[in-house]
Amino acid sequence: MLDDFFIRALIAGIGVALLTGPLGCVVVWRRLAYFGDTLSHAALLGVALGFLLEVDVTLAVFAVAMLISLALIGLQKVGTLSSDVVLGLLSHSALALGLVVLAFMTWVRIDLLGLLFGDILAVSKSDLAVIYGGGALVLAGLALIWRPLFAATVSEEIARAEGMKPQRTNIIFMLLMAITIAVAMKVVGVLLITAMLIIPAATARRFAMGPESMVVIAAIIGCLSVLGGLFGSLNWDTPSGPSIVVGALALFLLSLTPLGRLVDQWRTRKAMREV
Amino acid sequence: MADQNAPLITLSQAGLYRNGHWLVRGLDLTLERREIVTLIGPNGSGKSTTAKLALGIHTPDEGHVERQRSARIGYVPQKLSIDWTMPLTVARFMQLTDRLPKVQVETALSRTGVSHLARSDMRTLSGGETQRVLLARAIAQKPDILVLDEPAQGVDFAGEIALYELIRAVRDELDCGILMVSHDLHLVMAATDRVICLNGHICCQGSPTSVAEAPEYRQLFGRQAADILAVYRHQHDHEHLPDGRVRHADGSITDHCHPDDGHHQTQCAQDIGAERENRGDTRHAG
Repeated sequence: MLDDFFIRALIAGIGVALLTGPLGCVVVWRRLAYFGDTLSHAALLGVALGFLLEVDVTLAVFAVAMLISLALIGLQKVGTLSSDVVLGLLSHSALALGLVVLAFMTWVRIDLLGLLFGDILAVSKSDLAVIYGGGALVLAGLALIWRPLFAATVSEEIARAEGMKPQRTNIIFMLLMAITIAVAMKVVGVLLITAMLIIPAATARRFAMGPESMVVIAAIIGCLSVLGGLFGSLNWDTPSGPSIVVGALALFLLSLTPLGRLVDQWRTRKAMREV
Repeated sequence: MADQNAPLITLSQAGLYRNGHWLVRGLDLTLERREIVTLIGPNGSGKSTTAKLALGIHTPDEGHVERQRSARIGYVPQKLSIDWTMPLTVARFMQLTDRLPKVQVETALSRTGVSHLARSDMRTLSGGETQRVLLARAIAQKPDILVLDEPAQGVDFAGEIALYELIRAVRDELDCGILMVSHDLHLVMAATDRVICLNGHICCQGSPTSVAEAPEYRQLFGRQAADILAVYRHQHDHEHLPDGRVRHADGSITDHCHPDDGHHQTQCAQDIGAERENRGDTRHAG
């Protein structure tokens, strides 16, 4: 029953969920949801530029996401516009620019829906290599900056006072976000990456006793969403990217029901026993 | 700890300019090892700003700030707001900027009287409990420099005395320098070696201990408390207006604030370091 392409899709989806879960926790804690949205919208511009300049699309997406991050830091320093206005400006201009550039290139035939909502069933072996190679890089980087990143998330002032250099950490974090978006775009599409960042993390919040456990739980919930979404999509012939997000939403809603409370209580009791 | 004799922190003519005016300017101050320096002053006088300049959270727009390079720093900020999405226990918070041995964490928590809260979520703590946890985190790292921005806020009076005693004990034990901000003009601990009164600049500074001998405060706080608490009380004979001008006690308004401009009525009392070059001055009310 499991065709080869389906197994590739599962492996790719799980690889992405293992990235978006941990990064998503930081996005949720720092209230960066809109920032994630901006970066992923900019990914479309990256795709367009990749085709236009005939360079690797993943690299182009990464480069554009990084440029947008730096532009954001620059515009915030100038400080005449509030940051949500700056984000909205960058986000939608990048999306619109990407669509316009793509429309100009009549010689390129692109599946626009695949870009917007992902094309996980068409994942190739080299895509898998990119996902897992980039993913390993992101997780290693995250582990490396974890303590200063988390300290600066709790209190930028304490982190700075006690010599943790939060500005450098923030730039590295943006770099990791840019890689993640370049890697995840193929799986869920530019419009739904933010959902994979936020929903598993929001679900994990209910069951987590500490930041590190929230990261692990978010990754697990992301993987479950991928499994549920892909099998659902196979069963009911629904688009796979959106199905994964619907799977994540279903888990979130489930966590709000009495079943979620039971799991919560079980975890609390377990934590108390460990003392 | 390269040089035991060099000051831990030195501010020379440091100033911070924001939104069209100077928050603080012309600050000259040092923090030595084994010294407790307390910053006092009215709201908006730049106490927290001065502490943040000293810590390097802000970079001065004028003058210089130097810290001893190898010095470990412990900081208790004035405010800490934890997002509701962040699960954070006291035990994890204690390890925020450094991985510390468990014993060290437990000792620090029990010294500030909150070891029973180790497994509690940070967001469920009361104001006083949060303050004790913040202090525990700062001292658990065995810092060379301890900066406390209103460490006793939200703590009841008896707890406040105990907290100040603890801070003094920490200084004796760790040989660290302590820079403390107090919003309270009237209450400064006896262990403070130097009080610096700010009003956008350094008004005056000196030892508060002699003031603790004042009989009315022994009466107010009791003999024992008076040994621990020193009361340092004075009134400013001039006020800094929002536009930067200065209103003096005689009602006149000038652009600047100089001791020799004829508007000031009395000089700082002897114990407030009259030898310093002060741009403002004070008189005792007691």
